[in-house]
Formats: sequence, C-alpha cells, structure tokens
Amino acid sequence: MHSDSSGLSALVNDCYQCGKCTAGCPLAAQMDIVPSQLVRLAQAGQVERATRAESIWLCVSCQTCTTRCPQSVDVAGVIDALREQSAQDGTVAKTQRRTAIFQQVFLDNIRRHGRLNELELVGAFKTQAFLKDLSIPLLMKDALLAPQMMKRDKLHFAGKPARDRQVVDRIFAKCAEAKV
Amino acid sequence: MTDIGYYPGCALQGSSNDYERSVRATLQALQVQLQELDDWICCGASAAHTINHKLSVALPARNLALAEQQGCAQLLAPCPMCSMELIKAGKALADSPALRQEMSDIVELPVTGRTQVLNLIQIFQQIGLPALKAAVKQPLEGVSVACYYGCLLTRPSALLAFDDCEQPVSMETILTALGAKTVAWNFKTECCGAGMTMANEETVLNLSHKILSNAAAHGANCIVVACPMCHVNLDMKQAAIEQRHGVRHDLEIFYLSDLIGLALGLDRQTLGIDRHFVVKNGNSACRL
Repeated sequence: MHSDSSGLSALVNDCYQCGKCTAGCPLAAQMDIVPSQLVRLAQAGQVERATRAESIWLCVSCQTCTTRCPQSVDVAGVIDALREQSAQDGTVAKTQRRTAIFQQVFLDNIRRHGRLNELELVGAFKTQAFLKDLSIPLLMKDALLAPQMMKRDKLHFAGKPARDRQVVDRIFAKCAEAKV
Repeated sequence: MTDIGYYPGCALQGSSNDYERSVRATLQALQVQLQELDDWICCGASAAHTINHKLSVALPARNLALAEQQGCAQLLAPCPMCSMELIKAGKALADSPALRQEMSDIVELPVTGRTQVLNLIQIFQQIGLPALKAAVKQPLEGVSVACYYGCLLTRPSALLAFDDCEQPVSMETILTALGAKTVAWNFKTECCGAGMTMANEETVLNLSHKILSNAAAHGANCIVVACPMCHVNLDMKQAAIEQRHGVRHDLEIFYLSDLIGLALGLDRQTLGIDRHFVVKNGNSACRL
C-alpha cells in the first residue's frame, strides 16, 4: 500500500507542518529527525534521508501522532513505511540495528512456530545482536531475571506452537513476494 | 453462561500467563465462558507492521477467518496489541472487496472482517455495571488507583472509538462502581515503551519511570492496566527502573481483571497476583 515513495507522498500530502505530531511524541527529545520532519522529507521526495534516520527505529508505535494530526495524516503509518523501506534497502542507522534485528527475529520466530516462542526469541535476538556489535552487557541483560521468572512459572522452554504451521509458512511466503 | 470467542495471543500463553489466569478466573466468576479460537496464530504484533505491511494484515486476517469459520461473532483479545491489529485488519477487510479477495487467497480461508473484536475493558462494559455491582463480595475500599490506558487501548481513535482517546474514563467508571477511589493524573495515555523491552530497554525504563512517578505524585497506591506489555514494563521492570533512577516506587500493578476479581471475592492466588514482581501481600496499601 505504501512501501514506495510515490505511495508515501500521497499519504503525506495533507500535512501543513503544524508540528503537533512531534509535540506529542514521547521520544521526540531523543530523535535526530522528528516525526514532522520525516513527513516533510517524504513530501519533498527525500525518502532516502528519512530511511537512514535513527528516529524511525526509536518510534514505539504509540499512535499519538496519528491520533492528534488535525489533517488526518497517518504519521505512525508513514514511519512504518519508512522502516519497511529502510529494512529492505539496508539503510538502517548503525545505532539502531538492534531494534531492526529484533523485529526480524520476531517474524522469523512466528514463521517457524505460528506463535511466539519467547525463549527462542531471546536467544536468537541476543545471538544476532552480539554478532553485530559484540556487546557483552546485552548478552548478560536480564540473566538475573530468568530465575525470578521461572519461580513465577513465566518461563517456558517449549511454548505451544500452532498446529498448522505449513499454512503460516505459506502466508509468509506469499507476503514476501509482493508488497501491498 | 454466556459464550464468547477468545483470542489469547502469544503473551497471555507465554510470560504473561498471570494475565490469562486473571482474565479466565474473573470472567468465569461472572458466568462468561471463553471459547478459545482453535489453532490461532500470532497477530504479528509490532514486528509485522514495522517491516512488512502486508503480513500485518494477513496474520490478523487468518485469525479473523478462523473466527468466522468457527462461528464466533465476538472475539475477546485481552492484549491491546492483538485487539488493535485484529480491528485494523478487520476494518480494512470490511472496507475493501479487493482486499477481502486477496487476503482470502493468502490466508487460504474466506474472510470478510465481520467479527467484532473486544478488548478487556469492553467485555466488562458488555457485562454491565448492574451485573458487576450485584456480584461484589468485597468492595475495593482503600484502593486508590491510577487507571493507565497506555497507547493501543484508545489509539488510533478512528479505529477504537469505545472511549475518549485523550481522557478515557471507562476503567474509572467500572472501578468506582466497585468501591475503589480513582486518582486524576497526567499519564493515562502516555506510552510505557511497549514492545521495546528487549530491543531498547533504555526507552522503556525512562518512559515507565515517568508513569510510575506521576501516578504516585497524584496519590495512587496502585496502578491498573489492561495490557500485558504495560504490566511487564511497570511491574517486572520496576526494580530495574528504581535502580536506574535511584528512587523507590513500590507500586503494585494490577490487571483490570485482578481488581474486579478481588471485588468479586476471588483470592490473589486464583488471580495470579502472587506471580507479579511487586507484591505487597500482608501489608498492601490497598488491603486486599
């Protein structure tokens, strides 16, 4: 629907740069390019600059921007489209690779099991992130939480997968072929 | 007994199984029987809409197709990430014959998007205040609660029009009817960091710290949520938040179904409250 730049410009046409999206964004203070500027870049056809921004991966998808836009621009949807483009083009900002890896590992996990296998997700995410940035603290993060979770019966070594996992795999394959 | 379709989602059958326990126990006490959707799959959560838009429609569409096939007109999804993704896909399907055709092919089942998806607050609204009040065995005296909605229960408002997106009151309405005091505060709909707990913990620890601080500053002795991610960030991560910010919050975080269940006379073990990280059994500020 909106993974190419021409589709994007239709989405952002109505923006008159009031900045309300940025004003309400809980992460704006940490962002290199704030939401209203991302929309402006999309309007100006400078999508590539936007796809290299750190901010698109800092976004927590809280939908405040979309909800408050007086022009009904789906700002969170624009950021989703930028992330998708960024992941496809390999332009993920270096500081934000972990977040992009997490989303990919999450989807790979669902593709295999139909439902999320949390322990495998943690293992796969830490392994892949470690291979990228060799961060020992990330590897050790939450190690002390594991026994606490186990005590509360919150850790499951084998989650209950979906029965028809072939259909899940086919759905993934069909969605990878052509973007909406 | 009323029957309703039930989509647990991954979190409720994973590390947020205390939430599922609470939802099941409380609804059981209110004569609502949950029919779990057979062979449901993950809704795709943040990951799908972040890097593959088409998949973020197809995964919920498969579940909506299963719901239609299994004859459930209403589907309870207690995780707001799931309910929002299901509602978003359902609306897109209902609005577009071309998308219905495309998605029916992709998910290998006919799908129209006619299923009504409910979040946890809505199921209690549907049960109704008179029925809830009539079932109270232990009014929530001494509870001074900050009702925390977070992001996806009320946003985007065009999709989720069951309460005001900036100043929601649905949880306050229910809990005051059960004898609790609710506090007026500023962070009802601010984000806790949601699913970033693993990928970007710093964001979670900062945003959630502000929420806990604001609730306490306005006189809350506990916070109520209706979302597994909000609970993880505010409860499981509370010790890490306190360590990082050098403060003591010591606030119990309840699911909405916990407080309603307690009012109905269920005990903490039955509701899974003993599995939370911040637990104040004997000397709880809210004496429950």
